[in-house]
Amino acid sequence: MIVTLYLSAINKAQSIFDSASPQAEKINRLSYGFLTVAAGVLLLVVVLTVYITIKFRSKENASEPRQITGNRKLEILMVSFPMVLVVIFFFWSLNTMNAINPDRAGQKSDIIITGHQWWWEAVYPGSKVITANEIHLPTGRKLLLQLNSADVIHDWWVPSFGAKMDMIPGMDNFLWVTIDKPGIYEGTCSEFCGEQHAWMRIMVVAQNPADYNKWLLAHTIKTTIPNDSLANKGEVIFMNSSCSSCHSIQGTVAAGMEGPNLTHFASRQTMLSGMMDNNPQNVEKWLTNPQKIKPGAHMPRFIFSKDSVRAITAYLTQLK
Amino acid sequence: MKAINLPEPEKPIPNLSVSNNQGLLQWISSVDHKQIGIMYLWLSVLFLVAAGCEILLVRIQLAVPNNHFLNPEVYNQLFTMHGTTMIFFVAMPAIFGFNTYLVPLMIGANDMAYPRLNAFSFWMTFFGGLLLYFSFLAGGAPDAGWFNYAPLNQYNYSSSPGVDYYCSGLLIAGIGTVTASANFVVTILKYRVNSMSLKQMPLFVWMILINSFLILAAFPSLNAALVMLLFDRQLHAHFFSVQGGGSAILWQHLFWLFGHPEVYIVILPAFGIFSEVFPVYSRKPIFGYTFIIASGMAIALLAFGVWIHHMFATGLGNTVNSFFAASSMLIGIPTGVKIFNWLATMHGGAIRFKVSMMFAIAFLIEFTIGGLTGISFTLVPIDWQLTDTYYVVAHLHFVFIGGTLFGLFSGLFYWFPKMSGRMLDEKLSKWFFWLFVLGFNTTFLVQHALGAMGMARRVYTYPDLPGWGILNLISTIGGFMMAIATGLLVFIIITALKTGEKATRDPWDANTLEWTTSSPPGLKNFDFVIPVKSTRPFRDLKRPDDADWKKTDNNG
Repeated sequence: MIVTLYLSAINKAQSIFDSASPQAEKINRLSYGFLTVAAGVLLLVVVLTVYITIKFRSKENASEPRQITGNRKLEILMVSFPMVLVVIFFFWSLNTMNAINPDRAGQKSDIIITGHQWWWEAVYPGSKVITANEIHLPTGRKLLLQLNSADVIHDWWVPSFGAKMDMIPGMDNFLWVTIDKPGIYEGTCSEFCGEQHAWMRIMVVAQNPADYNKWLLAHTIKTTIPNDSLANKGEVIFMNSSCSSCHSIQGTVAAGMEGPNLTHFASRQTMLSGMMDNNPQNVEKWLTNPQKIKPGAHMPRFIFSKDSVRAITAYLTQLK
Repeated sequence: MKAINLPEPEKPIPNLSVSNNQGLLQWISSVDHKQIGIMYLWLSVLFLVAAGCEILLVRIQLAVPNNHFLNPEVYNQLFTMHGTTMIFFVAMPAIFGFNTYLVPLMIGANDMAYPRLNAFSFWMTFFGGLLLYFSFLAGGAPDAGWFNYAPLNQYNYSSSPGVDYYCSGLLIAGIGTVTASANFVVTILKYRVNSMSLKQMPLFVWMILINSFLILAAFPSLNAALVMLLFDRQLHAHFFSVQGGGSAILWQHLFWLFGHPEVYIVILPAFGIFSEVFPVYSRKPIFGYTFIIASGMAIALLAFGVWIHHMFATGLGNTVNSFFAASSMLIGIPTGVKIFNWLATMHGGAIRFKVSMMFAIAFLIEFTIGGLTGISFTLVPIDWQLTDTYYVVAHLHFVFIGGTLFGLFSGLFYWFPKMSGRMLDEKLSKWFFWLFVLGFNTTFLVQHALGAMGMARRVYTYPDLPGWGILNLISTIGGFMMAIATGLLVFIIITALKTGEKATRDPWDANTLEWTTSSPPGLKNFDFVIPVKSTRPFRDLKRPDDADWKKTDNNG
């Protein structure tokens, strides 16, 4: 099911006008209102400019035109007309702000998303589930997202959901979103956060409440232990070499918190925050030399033998 | 009418076996405002070429999705240097070049108030720029963007010395900027020819006066932030490092408290240039002289109350955001209404389509586009969608290029005959105009769409999403058109300097004092200054029967 959703999503761009939440819809209405007035103003300036430059172009041997230095009434009109527009749009904008970003009034956050250089961590309060990069959210419910940063400033932006919000170290920021219907929604980190800012893409998998609960439950359960010898060998390497000091896999001794949580790694469509498809070939390439794939990423190059790389790949790709 | 005499050696000092013509040394050691002004302009061209090359590399990288032409490390250095250079070492020196050259001439003075301080200001800017560029050789250019946000600018996230060079280079150049502004204030207030009252000053000079106060008030915030950042990086202070108890958001407040006034610092002089150009080529006085001065002052005051509109997405809350949204909308009014002043100036005139005027007319439309997209950011919810996307990149280039740069081009084509004594080739210049305007719109119009389609700014590459590749390719092609046009401009200038037709004292039938002296003016600007009784003293002299000061119905 996720695969079909994914395919349908990548077939069209998701612009700010493809709203998938009432919050984005409200911004859209304001945007259309603004665009209409702005187009009117631009048209006025273009028409006046073209008309005046053609009508009053200098003619041969013309004498000096009348020397007009100003016109108080016209100047007052030039100021008061935009003033009216400003007042209208100020209150429209204020209403929209209050509607999409109301006071939290002590409500607990439904999900905590933390930006890292260069990946996303999602913690689901009330369950033990921690995932990375592909973030599952339920539809039809007004969700309060808590946004944090582990290092530099990042920014959470999914155009279809509406507003973006910075993730600032040392600050808790919040964002409301009500997702209308299931689907895959793409977004991106929108604050420059260093070398791999480009590959800090967001993928939100929105599911109806039943599917979402099923997904949450599946992720609460321990990962099934892989059943072939290569994968078992991979698990041993993973646990005994440096991997486990940065990555967590629930139900195992791997409990590092520096890198993405890999508990159900194989269930994700993409890897490295949307940089490439999640398949064994790419995992192998990555393990062989991370700095070649995503220079600057905080995973150093470990000199694994080819066999070890294949074993770890086999292990990771079984973590459904 | 008595001119202000500045003691200047008119005869060689006896018994000194030094030739009068010292070539390069004469320029380096000069305290003459005209030579310093021209050096500022050439400095600006030099850095324009550097920053232009940087951005062409960036545009090649972005021409197709998933490109590997540049690695991210180099890419980030290039776009950081492009922005920093264009603001501090292209726009600012170009503006200061015109100011330094023209302000004394337009107020009937023979030099700036402090000629040696003037030279000092230039050389500080020059060496600040060189120091910034030395970072390429010293282990890496700054790579945290021109606004250099904390904590990405801290040592543990940007460990190459680039950011240290950013701080030192901008600090040194910033000292030059502040001293130059103090010099302009004193020159304008104290060195005007005796009979010129403030209400008879050319609008260009008015804008420089207002601008200089803006600089004096805005730069301390930047300079303080730069020193604090240097302390953080070199002495392990913790102003901006969160782990040490500092605040990441503090940098943004300090930076934008400088940064937003800076936007007006680079646009007000352009407004001043247009306010000279429109009347001359329309053969009419400016429409609403007082109004333009008053709106300039309103902009300068409001400029210090709008900086949060760069930070609407940082989570400061609806109350704070709505206050700054209101102030940002208000500043749009004096900025936007001027467009109608210039339109009204042309209305009823006799418009001559010289290249200078063509840039001024094109500006009216381009700047309106940039201004309107600017207003869209004051509607906070729209800002929440579009900030930090390519829409912002498009917006800022429409105001910086369509506003500031078109103003500088307009000023260049207007005053070049005065500065060099030569005319520019009008036909080639028209080619340059059309190529540049076309290239500019090709580059940046599509970027509005890219932003709305979800493309964040400052990404070194992007996935192959529908439409992204082709729009980026169009943008890259436009960038190269602008580069070719700029090359043509340099060619036009150099040919004019070598073989251009000699310019007369007053080729455009202009109104202000600088046109009353020879082209180019001698070392001593004026032997005498004509009487100033209105804003258009030279016209009063040329048309004594219709002199402005004889009229009483002054509506301006």
